[in-house]
Amino acid sequence: MSIDISQFHDVFFEESFEGLDAMESGLLNLDVGAADIDAINTIFRAAHSIKGGAGTFGFMAVSEFTHVMETMLDETRNGEREVTAELTNLFLESVDVLREMLTAVQQKTDTDDVRIENVRNKLEAMMAGESVAVKAEPVAVEAESVEELKSQGWKIQFTPHAHLLQTGNDPVRMLRELSSLGELSTEINDGKLPPFSDLEPEDSYLSWDLTLLGDIPEKDVVEIFEWVDEDCDLVIEPLAVKRTTQVEENVVELDKPEAPVTATVVEDVTPAELATASEQTDAVVEELGPAMVAAAIDKPAPKAKVASAPAASSIRVGTDKVDSLINLVGELVITQSMLSQIGDNFTPNMLPKLIDGLAQLERNSREMQEAIMRIRMLPISFAFNRFPRLVHDMTDKMGKKVELKLTGEQTELDKTVMEKIGDPLVHLVRNSLDHGLETPEVRLAAGKGETGLLQLKAFHQGGNIVIEIHDDGAGLNEDKILAKAIEKGLVDVNDELSPEKIHDLIFLPGFSTADQVTDVSGRGVGMDVVRKNITSLGGSVEVVSKRGQGSVFTIRLPLTLAIMDGQTIRVANENYIIPLISIIETLEVNSSDIKQVSGKGELYPLRDEYVPIIRMYDVFNLNPEATDLEEGLLVIVEGDGQKVGLFIDDLLGQQQVVIKSLETNYRKVLGVSGATILGDGTVALILDVPGLIALYREPSLALVVNNDRAA
Amino acid sequence: MAKILAVDDSASMRQMVAFTLKAAGHIVTDAADGQQALNIAKTQSFDLVLTDVNMPIMDGLTLTKELRALPAYRFTPILVLTTEAGVDKKQAGRAAGATGWLVKPFNPDQLLATIKKVLG
Repeated sequence: MSIDISQFHDVFFEESFEGLDAMESGLLNLDVGAADIDAINTIFRAAHSIKGGAGTFGFMAVSEFTHVMETMLDETRNGEREVTAELTNLFLESVDVLREMLTAVQQKTDTDDVRIENVRNKLEAMMAGESVAVKAEPVAVEAESVEELKSQGWKIQFTPHAHLLQTGNDPVRMLRELSSLGELSTEINDGKLPPFSDLEPEDSYLSWDLTLLGDIPEKDVVEIFEWVDEDCDLVIEPLAVKRTTQVEENVVELDKPEAPVTATVVEDVTPAELATASEQTDAVVEELGPAMVAAAIDKPAPKAKVASAPAASSIRVGTDKVDSLINLVGELVITQSMLSQIGDNFTPNMLPKLIDGLAQLERNSREMQEAIMRIRMLPISFAFNRFPRLVHDMTDKMGKKVELKLTGEQTELDKTVMEKIGDPLVHLVRNSLDHGLETPEVRLAAGKGETGLLQLKAFHQGGNIVIEIHDDGAGLNEDKILAKAIEKGLVDVNDELSPEKIHDLIFLPGFSTADQVTDVSGRGVGMDVVRKNITSLGGSVEVVSKRGQGSVFTIRLPLTLAIMDGQTIRVANENYIIPLISIIETLEVNSSDIKQVSGKGELYPLRDEYVPIIRMYDVFNLNPEATDLEEGLLVIVEGDGQKVGLFIDDLLGQQQVVIKSLETNYRKVLGVSGATILGDGTVALILDVPGLIALYREPSLALVVNNDRAA
Repeated sequence: MAKILAVDDSASMRQMVAFTLKAAGHIVTDAADGQQALNIAKTQSFDLVLTDVNMPIMDGLTLTKELRALPAYRFTPILVLTTEAGVDKKQAGRAAGATGWLVKPFNPDQLLATIKKVLG
């Protein structure tokens, strides 16, 4: 039977990448000097699985490479090798190399052979350098068996020990296999069989004298008894000996039944070539770099296949989520059939039933919507996972000591949001490591512990996910920021700014406080880009900082980009949607409360602050029903940390709206984040509060919008 | 046709083994670690157990010992799938009560040949 094992490759790649992640996080958590045996075991097991799988599925280069790691990990596990920082770092580098190799085989691209070779040499050097007795590789072929006994047949005395049956072995199997080799005659010896009353039914009492005729190599006979050679007395004698001397260089040793033949290779290579290839793999690599040999073996495999593009992005969904969805579909079908029954012969007295049915339909759709959204939700650990490594590598480079603490890793977030938040998060973490946390000396001088603490926290709050990045470093230096901002002309020398306002300056375009651009965070990307990216996801980012005590960056993101809770409002005869999240309150105003400020327009006193009023009909050039503030409503909204009052005609309903992008269908419009289709089929624009505020602050932007409208 | 319990923590190996055995007409139940396998083994009977050695929670050798201690599995063939060809690893398998072993990497044909050997 021929089974195409390439069908299991995807699973193999998936689990191998997971294994590499596990190795990486395990390595990062290893304490130098006093490593936890469980942690090493986990790392070992991951390496072991990758090696085994790669061997089985024909990725010999990967298997070979992992083998070296595995050997060293085994030594570490057995206490023969100490965990040093160099060892951990080299293993981390090896994990990277393996990841690259696996990606290359998966996508059928080339690998960076020089780098692989380099890391492999380092591994081997470390292995040779530190362990005095490098154990002979079990893979090495034992080449000395040049003499082979052949005979006309064999005389075999086979006396199972009493417990043989209890190993799950059955003498009948040996007899059956022997008879498949040649002509077998058996003579049973029941001399040891006790009287029936003394007989232990689970023990073995019989022995056999066997004669096997035919030109059969001794090793074939020995192999049959391989599993039981210690559970029986065995004498194998040739019937008539003739000694043959063979110059056979590659007798496959018994312990290694078959060379690592693999299905992928089998398709394209003749058996002869295969044999040579596996010989090379086995005749381990003293002259040639093993990676090169292995690479040479791996090469023929993909030639017949069309290079496959990386698989379409897939998502792993827990079966419980799928089950609940199926359950809901079932309910939906029931509701549908109920409604169609009502519809078939509808009489007015069935109205209550119809209303019930529609209510049920609404519930079904809502639950189904939630269930489907949940399918796209992934735990934020997907985004957090890269940080232990990042922190390890960076602190290593910068000579800092930092403990990383992750909390709320199971908090779920929409997959798209997750993909887009990765880079801003990395930037913020780099920033904290580089500018926030101090070197051990500076920390000690400031009376802090020498190890800094960096915390990433994720949690849900309302319809948002909040990600916080805490560091207990130096905090933002207001003087420096202010000086820089003045120098860059971002603020006026005479402006009086609160510390919060000063902190917020770092998010302005073109701002960088580092005295010099460092290797680590100064990459020409500023915090303004971070804020822009987060804002484009419908989120916000803020910083709270205290000199000498550290900073907290808070990112707020919508759980999903596809659906949101909206408040429908009316301005003139147009409907708009305001994201419910940005609404703080809605109120009726007294004209007498309004303050007119020259150059800043109208302000409304909301408790202890003045909130600017934006007249929505002005923004969208509509003919208003009411221009008197007392005749409409003021919706207080917040965006980018600032509150404004939107003057509208009326509040309509609240509903969940599906967001349709304006950019994909038209183009970006300031103050509008998208559009949606309402229940009655009309289109409503979704207002973008930060955009509206920007418009209010920079009326010239409004002109652009208005001109666009005119054009 | 035999009832086979296949134990491996690697999903790809588990699928490969299960697929191969099913294609040969056997009934296969799989488990991802020794403990899971032991729980299954206590509620069902099997003609053959195939187990990986290195697994989290409970390794294959412990599983073998635990199974041998169960009356229903005293004589059941238990094969360990091992990447180590070294003599000491085989000794360990034997000491735990394994019937025999199959050295990884193996291909579907080698797997079936070994199974056939044991099941007859």
